[in-house]
Amino acid sequence: MIDNSIKLILPDIPNLSDLEVYRKNKGYESYRKAISMTQDELINEVKKSGLRGRGGACFPTGLKWTFMPKGNEKPKYLAVNGDESEPGSFKDRQIFEYNPHQLIEGIMIAGYAMGIKAAYIYIRGEYHKWINLLQKAIDDAYSAGLIGPKMKETFNHRYSIDIYIHKGAGAYICGEETSLMESIEGNRAYPRFKPPFPAQNGLWGMPTTVNNAETIATVPAILRIGAEEYAKIGEPKHPGTLLFGVSGHVNKPGVYELPTGTLLKDIIYELCGGVPNNKKIKGVIPGGSSMPVLRGDELEGVKMDEESLKQYGTHIGTAGIVVMDEDTDVVKVALRIAHFYHHESCGQCTPCREGNGWMENILKRIKLGEATSNDIDLLISVANNIESRTVCALGDAAAWAVRGFATKFREDFEKVVKPKRTFVSPNIAHSKRNSPETLLVSA
Amino acid sequence: MEFSLEELKNIDEIKSHYPETKAALMPVLWLAQKKFGWISNEVIEYVASLLNLSESHVKGVVSFYTMYFKKPMGKYHIQVCTNVSCMLNEGELIFEHISEKLGIKDMERSADGKFSLEEVECIGACGGAPVIAINEDYYEKVSIAQVDEIIDRLK
Repeated sequence: MIDNSIKLILPDIPNLSDLEVYRKNKGYESYRKAISMTQDELINEVKKSGLRGRGGACFPTGLKWTFMPKGNEKPKYLAVNGDESEPGSFKDRQIFEYNPHQLIEGIMIAGYAMGIKAAYIYIRGEYHKWINLLQKAIDDAYSAGLIGPKMKETFNHRYSIDIYIHKGAGAYICGEETSLMESIEGNRAYPRFKPPFPAQNGLWGMPTTVNNAETIATVPAILRIGAEEYAKIGEPKHPGTLLFGVSGHVNKPGVYELPTGTLLKDIIYELCGGVPNNKKIKGVIPGGSSMPVLRGDELEGVKMDEESLKQYGTHIGTAGIVVMDEDTDVVKVALRIAHFYHHESCGQCTPCREGNGWMENILKRIKLGEATSNDIDLLISVANNIESRTVCALGDAAAWAVRGFATKFREDFEKVVKPKRTFVSPNIAHSKRNSPETLLVSA
Repeated sequence: MEFSLEELKNIDEIKSHYPETKAALMPVLWLAQKKFGWISNEVIEYVASLLNLSESHVKGVVSFYTMYFKKPMGKYHIQVCTNVSCMLNEGELIFEHISEKLGIKDMERSADGKFSLEEVECIGACGGAPVIAINEDYYEKVSIAQVDEIIDRLK
């Protein structure tokens, strides 16, 4: 049986986005609790909760906060990542719409813990409506003196923070933390080389922490129920609740808040009402388009948390589950995903800029039935050669996604390719030079 | 081509959010697009002078982000998502249908200037696939009949 009784981020309280309703439901009390602790105590509390980042990398949040230098010689910044551009992911907008004040309170707590001067919430440009909703909540919080200069008076404490929204303009790459910072600074969003890490050299060269919006929105809930209690929810190594966004071929798509470690099959069949027309499942992308796909026949017992998914060679990512039924043309899906990464590559690193184009072209060839079996190997080889050879993880993401499809559904790819390529050139040496075998590089 | 006094005040407010003026570039470009419809070379020159940036920097930023229009778009800019979740729910058919209905292709504008069409990458509403957006409004779980109805209402 599925346990969906714990709702820490999206509780079933009507009009929670309203400041008064939020305050009546213990809103902004977690911040009071936070300022009753020292900064170290607070960070330790977050560490104890076992909270891990919700943006995909699952990095321990408390540990990340300790990387920020202490003291106030330099201004320090917080960047909240609400870019949410991973295909299959649509969770953060639920927070902006239904519980924006918890996000604001989370920023206040994180801000106090690290001594942050100003926080920027980066939201994708397409989310006009949700930017307006969140901006209204921020304006209300300013008017009520909960943030901004009046905050010191309201809480009778020395700390204050300003919160601003920075609107993106349609670039997937801005979800990458260094690229996001470039975008806030008003540049083309080319990812930066790491190190130096943002905690040393972030926004305008100052110490900066970048956290996912869901991560930050979880923090007030941790203080509300206590770190020990929070650590008991879900899987011990990846505790808490996640916002699972389920889409694709399911009867009831949507965002569901569930403990980590919930069975994937339970999510699909119990909560989402199964697959339309009772079809079988061909495959499931477990965490947004970047994460390697799972086959329909390996879903039994798959738990949705980072450590469990690792055993299947994939990751939790942003917990965006995309379900594909048995009639899905997986070659077409792979091609669509490859097209996406080719389109969104910022163009800074050659392996990603060119490799993604090659992968898209090879997949086009496969889809049109003009490819041979060797082209599938070539595709995997290109993916292997993009992976870990780029400044940021976009190249890796593209490689994982495409290689995932090509290896997991090899037989579907084999069905649409020609067994052997016939070369028009009579020159054997020449034709050999151009054959896929000679282009193969093992990684 | 100029911002009004009120808009210039708003820009000063935006500048105060950031320690460096350059960071105000993206918000100011959004304001410019709202006011002037698209980001022409004249707009680029104007914004660059306003924020004391080089024109080449502004142009570089404009060309990097897909949501800044580099040519005039329709009064109603229709964005159709065809990424994975929407593709699985026949978003492509919706795109083709609208394209045929209005007689325009990707990134084209209808002759009367009323509509323009764009095939967009994931717009973060996968649970409502297939999804289209017209200007700033999302329409989720749309059928071809509903799309017809929405567009006909705007005609």
